[in-house]
Amino acid sequence: MATQEEFEPVIGLEVHAQLSTNSKIFCGCKASYGEPPNSLTCPVCLGLPGALPVLNKQAVEFAMRMVLAVGGTIQKRSAFARKNYFYPDLPKGYQISQYDRPLGEGGEIRYRLQDGEERVCRLIRIHIEEDAGKSLHPEHGENFTRVDFNRCGTPLLEIVSGAEMQSPEEAYNYLISLKQILQYLDICSGDMEKGQLRCDANVSVRPVGQKEFSTRTEVKNMNSFKGVQRALRFEIDRQVKLLKSGEEVQQATLLWDEKRQAAQVMRSKEESHDYRYFPEPDLVNLVISDDWIERTRQCLPEMPVARATRFVNQYGIREYDAEVLTDSKSLADYFEEVMAHFDDGQVAANWIQTELLGFLRESGQDINECPFKPQQLADLLARVTSGELSGKIAKSVFADMARTGQDAAVIIRERGLTQISDESMLLAIVEKVLSANQKNVEQYRAGKTGLLNSFIGQVMKATDGQANPHLVSQLLKRKLEE
Amino acid sequence: MDSYVPPYDATAVTRLIDAGAVIIGKTNMDEFAMGSSNETSYYGPVKNPFDHTLTPGGSSGGSAAAVAQKIVPIALGSETGGSVRQPAAFCGLFGLKPSYGSVSRYGLVAHASSTDQISPLASNVRDLALVYKTACGRDPNDSTSVAFDHPDYPGLLETNGKLRIGIQKECFAEGLDSEIDKVVRDAIKALEHDGHTCVDISLPSTEYAIACYYIITPAEASANLARFDGVRYGLRVGSDESLDDMYSKTRSVGFGREVKRRIMLGTYALSSGYYDAYYLKASKVRELIRREYEDAFSKVDLIVSPTTPTAAFRLGEKIDDPLAMYLSDIYTIPASLTGCPAISVPFSRMSDGRPVGVQFTASYFDELSLFQIAHILEHWI
Repeated sequence: MATQEEFEPVIGLEVHAQLSTNSKIFCGCKASYGEPPNSLTCPVCLGLPGALPVLNKQAVEFAMRMVLAVGGTIQKRSAFARKNYFYPDLPKGYQISQYDRPLGEGGEIRYRLQDGEERVCRLIRIHIEEDAGKSLHPEHGENFTRVDFNRCGTPLLEIVSGAEMQSPEEAYNYLISLKQILQYLDICSGDMEKGQLRCDANVSVRPVGQKEFSTRTEVKNMNSFKGVQRALRFEIDRQVKLLKSGEEVQQATLLWDEKRQAAQVMRSKEESHDYRYFPEPDLVNLVISDDWIERTRQCLPEMPVARATRFVNQYGIREYDAEVLTDSKSLADYFEEVMAHFDDGQVAANWIQTELLGFLRESGQDINECPFKPQQLADLLARVTSGELSGKIAKSVFADMARTGQDAAVIIRERGLTQISDESMLLAIVEKVLSANQKNVEQYRAGKTGLLNSFIGQVMKATDGQANPHLVSQLLKRKLEE
Repeated sequence: MDSYVPPYDATAVTRLIDAGAVIIGKTNMDEFAMGSSNETSYYGPVKNPFDHTLTPGGSSGGSAAAVAQKIVPIALGSETGGSVRQPAAFCGLFGLKPSYGSVSRYGLVAHASSTDQISPLASNVRDLALVYKTACGRDPNDSTSVAFDHPDYPGLLETNGKLRIGIQKECFAEGLDSEIDKVVRDAIKALEHDGHTCVDISLPSTEYAIACYYIITPAEASANLARFDGVRYGLRVGSDESLDDMYSKTRSVGFGREVKRRIMLGTYALSSGYYDAYYLKASKVRELIRREYEDAFSKVDLIVSPTTPTAAFRLGEKIDDPLAMYLSDIYTIPASLTGCPAISVPFSRMSDGRPVGVQFTASYFDELSLFQIAHILEHWI
């Protein structure tokens, strides 16, 4: 793009990740998505007079995992603060958050660009806070908004990056990597469309070579990683256009409109909120012992890079395959569960990448929604390596498994698909084929050994493709060389 | 909030009910506990049982009047800066402001979360100690409540131990009614007669206590009262214009003058550009006062002072002069800011018969000394 020769964007991301704790951050209500409106509420998360927050230890532990996994520092004494603003989905009129003393500081996210180059983005802070409820705006001509407080009090992790990314693509890859870490740590499901992951982007552009940052804007309301990429592209172009025409970029918050593929100013600097942060007097300081940090560190799961390396060593698979398989934690878990019942790593890796991922892509499903269990796949693969099923038949069995979720054994029985490895049975067919092709037999014996394939083909045809080709070849050779 | 019925009980109330207490009803008070005369109440002021032209004090004036009138033997009030000790003094009762964190605040409508404490009132020390003993203790629903092994206060009132008592000299200065000055000095004489040692001490930073208090508590209140926004409960004044307009109308109509004054004070003190000069500075002053008290309690067991600078004043006397009203809490505010426990003892009366309170402040969680000293003076009354 021509503009990029003169201007470069500077991007920083603020990501909110819903922590997948059992209960909410300050009360015992279940933290869950998709329940009837306001069924998961109590005096605390409804902000009734006199109710008080009590911190959920699991939320703290989840946040600690994240800070440790990205190499940040856990502050042994952090504090909560009230962020004051009025909105109907915020029942107390303030959000309990962390302000000048966040739980985590520093750390970094590593990610790859499309061309494979590795980049590092430093993190400024990671803190915990509570989510607000959800406004359900008018439908069917109603003239009022309803509020669902089920989400209110769900723990959120806010991860603030430095203003270090230089392109929308980079921001996209940062998010992919961040989501991978959250999922590996098993602390967030990471579905942006369900709001489990939310991202606000700060962006400014500056002439190439300029060191200082220019005026930035904040873009909100993106609901997918690609949406973040598109919104950033839009906003960068807008800012560059302004600067090129000699105008100034005004500090503002913009709302991204995915339908219109455009961002619109929601509020200018003058209209920006004064949140009047102050220490939350209802909560004591969050004190984290060295011992707790150490215990959390020891419980950290294996992260993607380490796991890929182990896959190469333990299962003897190719490095590239290991990277693909460890891309998401659930896929890597799936692979390992297959390997608990099967012993050829490379065969499993090949099948998962081509057949399984192919099927999931086509059906638009997630690995967690896979209709059959890893053990069922292992069973199918074992039938291939034992010679019971030919590769071709196994693929057709796989297709049926994917459709029905049935065991391979059931499909094979119902479709009569078992590979014929019974020597006496095959021998009879071999003899029949040979006696019907006496001329070719003589030619073979005279040295035209290339005819073997045609004999094999005829045996396979006679058995509807169910004969074990390896065994057929052996039997034919034995008979022809008698 | 007139018709609002809470769907749950406060921990302190639950504990009293579990111990066999019978709850008679709720008592009148200043609106959102903001006031020192009961005159900011939505329902109109409570009158002092001794003289119906006088205020019973505030904010928990209703609780004090109910006990003084012998409608109930004991009552709970809510303390933020003297709201139980001052009415106790004005109505001739014993009133205890417990150590911060000793009685659960769960279920107490928050005024200023960092000083609020549910506080008992009674006409004798044994009753007071009994209520306190029943209500106090760690509550998992209040993160600021403290696990402390509370002794059997009602059983330990009698003591032969001799205490060292500091006389806070800053209290005996301009603004203190001379008759009250005399009552407090009589109490000191009585204690010396009983073998206790009384020495002059100085707590110079208490001079800033009121200023500090009127920044920190309105700041907290401005956030605590944000939930009364007309969205989920209480009054709503609808608007066809905008959400902000609904908030503005609801809160303009719903809150009384004093409450609005404090919300505005607090909002201002927390605003960008003013935070450091007001809230942050007040927090530092508060820490200074806390340290002065800590230091004092390394030298003395208790600090004695008047509870109030004047006896019960007339209804209407100060309602249009907020500053004069705020000054009526001058002696009670330091214990609220520091979290120390303090008690008001109805030691004597003015020549015109109005009750006078003598205040004792103890170190953190030393309520036992307060009950014991109050019990000693109880014999002299």
